[in-house]
Parts: sequence; C-alpha cells; structure tokens
Amino acid sequence: MEYYLLIPFLPLAAFIINITLGKDILRNKADWVSVLAVCGSAVVAIYTLYDVAVLKNTYDKDLYTWIVSGNFKVSVGFLIDQLTSVMLIVVTVCGSLITIYSVGYMHGDPGYYRFFAYLSLFTFCMLMLVMGNNFLQLYFGWEGVGLCSYFLIGYWYEKKSASDAGKKAFIVNRFGDFGFGLGVIMVFLYFGTLHYSVVFGNVQTIAHQTVNIYGYVISLPTLIALLLFCGAIGKSAQLPLHVWLPDAMEGPTPVSALIHAATMVTAGVFLVARCNPIFNLSETALIVVALTGGITALFAATIGLVQNDIKRIIAYSTVSQLGYMFLACGVGAYAAGIFHLYTHAFFKALLFLCAGSVMHAMGGELNLQKMGGLKKYMPWTYRTMLIGSLSIAGIPGLAAFFSKDEILWLAYAGESPVGKFVFVLGAIGAFLTAFYSFRLIFLTFHGKFRGTHEQEHHLHESPKVMIIPLMLLAVGAIGAGWVGIPPLLGGGAHISHFLEPVLGHPHVHATHAEEWLIMGISVLIAVSGIICASYIYLVRLDIPVRFARNFRPVYNILFNKYYVDELYSFLFIRPTLWVADHILVRITDAKFIEGVVNGVPKSIGDFSQSFRRIQTGIAQHYGIVMAAGAIFIIAFVLLFM
Amino acid sequence: MLPKIFFAYFAFAILFIAMLVVTRKNPVHSVLWMLLLFFHIAGLYLFLNAEFLAAVQIVVYAGAILVLFLFVVFLLNIKEEIKAKRFINAWPTGFAFALGIFFLFVMTFRSYIAPPAGPYTVEMVQSESNIVVLGKILYTEFLFPFEIASLILLVAIVGAIVLAKRRLKS
Amino acid sequence: MVPLYWYIVLSAALFSVGVFGFLARRNVIIMFMSIELMLNAVNMSLITFSHYLQDMRGQILAFFVIAVAAAEAAIGLAIIIALFRNKSTAHVDEIHEMQG
Repeated sequence: MEYYLLIPFLPLAAFIINITLGKDILRNKADWVSVLAVCGSAVVAIYTLYDVAVLKNTYDKDLYTWIVSGNFKVSVGFLIDQLTSVMLIVVTVCGSLITIYSVGYMHGDPGYYRFFAYLSLFTFCMLMLVMGNNFLQLYFGWEGVGLCSYFLIGYWYEKKSASDAGKKAFIVNRFGDFGFGLGVIMVFLYFGTLHYSVVFGNVQTIAHQTVNIYGYVISLPTLIALLLFCGAIGKSAQLPLHVWLPDAMEGPTPVSALIHAATMVTAGVFLVARCNPIFNLSETALIVVALTGGITALFAATIGLVQNDIKRIIAYSTVSQLGYMFLACGVGAYAAGIFHLYTHAFFKALLFLCAGSVMHAMGGELNLQKMGGLKKYMPWTYRTMLIGSLSIAGIPGLAAFFSKDEILWLAYAGESPVGKFVFVLGAIGAFLTAFYSFRLIFLTFHGKFRGTHEQEHHLHESPKVMIIPLMLLAVGAIGAGWVGIPPLLGGGAHISHFLEPVLGHPHVHATHAEEWLIMGISVLIAVSGIICASYIYLVRLDIPVRFARNFRPVYNILFNKYYVDELYSFLFIRPTLWVADHILVRITDAKFIEGVVNGVPKSIGDFSQSFRRIQTGIAQHYGIVMAAGAIFIIAFVLLFM
Repeated sequence: MLPKIFFAYFAFAILFIAMLVVTRKNPVHSVLWMLLLFFHIAGLYLFLNAEFLAAVQIVVYAGAILVLFLFVVFLLNIKEEIKAKRFINAWPTGFAFALGIFFLFVMTFRSYIAPPAGPYTVEMVQSESNIVVLGKILYTEFLFPFEIASLILLVAIVGAIVLAKRRLKS
Repeated sequence: MVPLYWYIVLSAALFSVGVFGFLARRNVIIMFMSIELMLNAVNMSLITFSHYLQDMRGQILAFFVIAVAAAEAAIGLAIIIALFRNKSTAHVDEIHEMQG
C-alpha cells in the first residue's frame, strides 16, 4: 500500500466530514477532525522524508486514470522525490501548527466548522499540487488552492471588505492562471503528454525549436517557460500581480499565516523549481524570473517601510521574500530558492501568528500607532516575534541567514548575466527588510502604550493553545536553516545536496574570499538595519514624523503602495465595468438575449393568437375545411397516381 | 328513346327541386319540397328495378323522417326565420367547394372500368320478385348486419328520448 | 338504355347540392336536410351500380343506409332540440361556444 496516499487523503476526509457533519453535529468539536488529520499527514510526511533521504526511495506512480481522450491521457498520480518531500514537510508541519493555533484563535466564531473544513480542503489541494506527477494535477491543485484562498479570505463574508478581498484574490490569480493554462496546453502540444517524467526527460527535443506568432519568432522553451511563469506571478504575488496579497489580510490571521506565507504563495516557486529543466533551456526566461523577483523584493520592501497595519507590513514582507525566492531560481540556484521557501515558511508563519496573538490581545486592533509597550503584557509573544524578526533580518545562526546568504552569494557569483544587478537589489532589500521588521517590533512592543484605556485593561497573554505553536515555530525559525549551513562555515550544505538530483546545482565563478566578503556584507546589512531602526524608533521618534512632513510626496507614494491599485482601477477595472454596464447589460443582455428570450415566446404567442381565429366555432367553416381536404386528397391521387 | 326522356325529366326535376330545398327561406317550404324530391327519387328507383327500395324510400324517408323534421321545424319561430338571413357569410366558399366536389367526382368516374357482371340479371330478379331476392340475400349473407341495424335503431330510440327529454324541475 | 354515366353525374350533382346546402345555410334544420340529400345521392349511386352490374349487394347496402339514416335523423334532431332549448336560436353562426 502506498503509504504516502494518506498524506493528501487524510485532510480530504477531514474536509468531507467537517462540511457534511460540521454544522449540526460536530459544531465546536470540528477542530479535532482537522487537527488529527493534518497532524497525521505531518507524521506520514516526516516518515516520507526519512524514506526519501535515508532509504533513498523515490516514487512515481499513477493511481487512477482520470481522462482518456484520443491521444490525451491524464492520471491522478503521485511523484515523491526530494523536492516533494521537502515541500511536504513545509506544508504539513506548518499546517499542523497553524491548525492547532486556530483552535484558540477562532474560538467562539459562529462558522467554526466551516473554517476548519476549508482549512482541510486547502491542505488537500496544496498537497495534491505538490505531490502530483503531471501538469494537470498541478493545475487542479493550483486552482483548488486559489478557490480555498477565496473561501478563507472572504471567511467573514458579511464584511464587504473581506468578500471584496476574496474576489480580488481570485480574479487577479485568474490573470496569471490564464498564462499558466496556455503554458500547460503548449506543453501538451509539443510533448504529447503532461507527465513530468516524460516532459522533463525529453526536454531537449524542444531546446532549439521556435514558434512564429504573427511574424515574431520566439524560442519555444522561452515561450513555455514565460507562460508557466505567468501563473507563478499571479499565485506568488509578484509584480505586477501582487495587488491581491495585502488585501488578503482581511482573512483570519491563521489563514494569512498558512496560505499567504507558508504554502499557497510558495506554489509559484515550487512550479518554477519543478519545471527547472524547461527554464534552464531559456536564458531569457531565467532573466525575466530573476529580474521580476529582484524588483519585487525591493519594491515591496519600500512599501512596507511606512505601513501602519501590522498584517500589511508582514504581507509586504512576504511579497518581498517571495521575490528573493524567484531571484534565486532566476540565477539558477533553485535549491537555494527552495531552501529559502522552507525557512521562510517557519519564520513568516511565526510572524503572522504572533501578529494574530497581538491582535487577539488588542481586541482586533491592527494599527501600529495604537500599540506600544506590549512587551510586559505578552512576554512569550514578544520573545517569539523577536526571534522571527531576527531570523528574517538575517542574523547569523538563525534560519534565514543561511538561506538568504546563499541566495545573495549565488546571485553574485553565478553565471546569470543579471546576477550582480539583482544581487544589489537583494542587498538593498535585505537592509530594508531588517529595518521594517524591527520597526514593527519596536513600535509594537517597546515604548509607551498608545492605545485606549479599555484596550489596556484587556491586554493579556494568549492561551497556551496559541502560544505552543508559536514556540514550536520559533524553534523552527532558529533551527530550520541548520540543514543548509554552507561548507564555508564548516557545514555540509545538506539541503542543496539533497535536492541536487531534482534541481541541479549552479556553477559558481568566484573565489572563497569573495564568498566571505558577501557573507560579511549580509551580516553588516542586517545589523545596520536593526541599529537604524532602533535609533529611529526607540530614541528619535521625531525623525519619522519629520520625514513624513518634509518628504510628503515620497511618503505618500510609499504609503499608497505606489498607487498601483488606483492605476489598475483606472486602466482595467473601470473600463471593464463600463463595458459591462453600458454594453453588455444594456445592449447584449437587454436587447439581444432578452429579445430572444422574450421574443420567441411572444412571437409564438402572437402566432397562436392569430392562428386561433381559425377556430370560429361555426360548424360549416370546419365542414369547408374538411371538404377542402377531401378534394385535395382526391385530386392529388387522381393527378399523380 | 323513351327511357331517356323519362330519365331526363326525372334528372332535371330532382336537381331543380334539390336546389329549391336548399334555398328556401321558410323551412316548412324546404321540407315540403324535400317530400316532392323523395317521390321523384323513388320514381327513379323504379326505373332501376328496385321496387322494394322505392317503397321503403317513401315509407321511411318521406313518411317518417320528414315528419320528424316537420315536428322539429314547428319549434322554430317561422316569422323570424323568414326575415332572417339565409346564407352564412362564407357561402361563396361553400359554393365553390361544392362545385369542386362535383367536378372531382365526375373526373374520377372517367377512369371507371366495369367489372364482370354479377348473377342477378334483370330477368332473374323479375322472375322471383325483388323482395324475395332481397330477402334471400339479407337473411343469409347479411344476417349479422341486419341484426346490428336493429340494434342501431334501438340505440336511436333510447338516445332520442334521453337527449330530448325535458329536465324535471326539482 | 340510359348510360351508367348519366346516373353517376346525377348522383354527383345531387351530392354537391347537398354539400352546398350544408356549407352555406344558417338554419340548423336545413343543414340537416342537406345531409339527408347527400345520403340519398349516395343511395342512388349504389342502386345504379346494383342495376348495371347485376349485383344485389348495392341494394342491400342502400337498404342499410336508409335504416341508419333514419336512426341518425332521430338522434340528430333530438340534439337540435336540446341545443335549441339551451341557446334558443337555430342559426349556426350564432352558436360559437367552441370559438378560440
């Protein structure tokens, strides 16, 4: 029996149980089902990792033939290799901790069972995405997580901003998914199948083919890679499709932690890593990926500098860190990207859950400016959040240091033509990351409390069911990186070697001295960022105020997220709504469709009305018709027979 | 020659009287013209060696059915009938169709092929009288339809009474 | 000998007079009498063929036609009486309950 089938199907069972029995029977006990299921998956995932890493087994099995249509054959199949096993750990372990946390966070919410049902469904879809062995199952999981994201963002659906945010997430994702779908179709067209093993095994067949579109000649690998990357842009909230992620913070905090930090948004990175044979054939595509990642990393970090909503800050931080992962993939360092994905899952989920803990204590308040001095009320939250922030800033010894340093090093030293440029972008971004993360810490936990008196009375540490996951994630935020300690520092770079069979290894053209230099620069950037933040936000609180006043335009641009939402509204949304309202509703719907739908019955009715006048009720008229009929038949027979 | 002249008289008379029957304003006049028509038809039957049927025609049609018609006619208000319109609005159509039917029948008959003659020659029928021959055939070959005809008449009696009965005021 | 053809034409003509009367008159009773006219035309045709083909069956059939015509006349007139009681008119074009 393939034991790894338990991993996705336990959460699926939890979803089915919760959605059918949850409302009336399970009610407040629905949490147990989800928690047990996802913890069970986590246990099996750990065993899978053991199986792949120690026993060196990989699996590529088709479970059930889903579609057979001419040449097109798609199955539900599972591919368990090194990349999959790492992703499984990320999804299931973070998933379990967050599900347990939600038991406390969502306590008392009226739709309790619904939350856990959707959470389990999401886990199932994400696992199908990660464990699939063909593009269609990937697409199924892709769409499934998008759908669950919509459900969970708009969980408090009575709130208009929440349901709007859910719609925005889904619609913006669709833009990316359109390109992704085209990419999948092209894969099928040129390879004849959607199975990874066949496509990636035969990838050299398309290496030098080109496609002619309206006179423009495009290299085929570039085209396919870019189309697939469109999906990644949408799902992982890169520029220009990043606009949904900050709004997605309308959802409950555990949702933000699980979906928009640890798992769903990383599906894009997973996609690029999984398709690395295709991407490796196209230098253009890799450059696009790296530039998108690098620019997004910097862009989002700048926005995060001036936001006042704690969840939004962490959201922009996520966008920025995802940029780093794509940066890594773009310079050929897929393993580094996945490594960063893995560490990021821990510290970002930790940061979100801590933010949730703070919100829980502040009665739902999100505004930084109304907090302060929470250190003495919520010691454990403070400590774990501090660990998370130190990690994200890149302090040596903690998880993100190793992954981020690896990315920057491989960007600088790798073969990519844009490597040095994106290295600079990444370095500046790292400084800003450290800065805004500690801005958050200082404004929230240090200084004087700036909120109202009732909030002050309400302040308390969160219950154990919420704190324990925080602590476990903090352990992860510290220790997760230790599997990737580079050889420079005496480690074995275990994770890169582990992933090498799937993701390859980038060539490095630099000396050891340069490697020490880059590492030194990273540490310097991290520490200086923290020091700047501490100076400004602990000592000289007047500097931000003066900055906002003197550099008002700059501040406004940053605060309003570079007006991207307004731009999109002007360019796309308002014209679409105008067309929908003036053309589609008034003309197409009211005149054509209604015309047909009303017109056909009306014309039938009119015809019937006029035709019924044949029934005069006078017998002789009927007699005349009968006589006519008889004459006609006899004449017909006479004449023609 | 003589038969043809007689036939001509009967034919024209029948047609003319039939036209009269159909076009009179006063229904009583119509009925009376019809009576004359039946006598002429009976005369024509005599030409065709169907004496029994000629007699039956007069007794049943002229004697029973027309009397029945006359009784029903008396229910109408004759004075109003005389003043009212005779034909419906669509009468030209009816005329046209009637003409059409006539021509159609005539055209149909053009392709008539005479079958071989049967056994009942005029002499044979006249040797035994018409009634005897009819009776022989009726009570042997056509016994079943004969009985059914009696049933039909029974149904007619019952039906006529049921339909025309005045409802009792309760 | 009178040709067969002449009898048939006479029968057809009588029939069409009956059709005209049926299709054109307003009075219900005259319509009924036109039906009897049509039946008589058919009878004539039957007896003609019986004579010219020397087969008795034409006369038998005519006999039955007369019997059935009698029954039908009785019932039809009963219906007319019932109709007249309800509508108190004997003109067909004033009875159009089945219109529409």
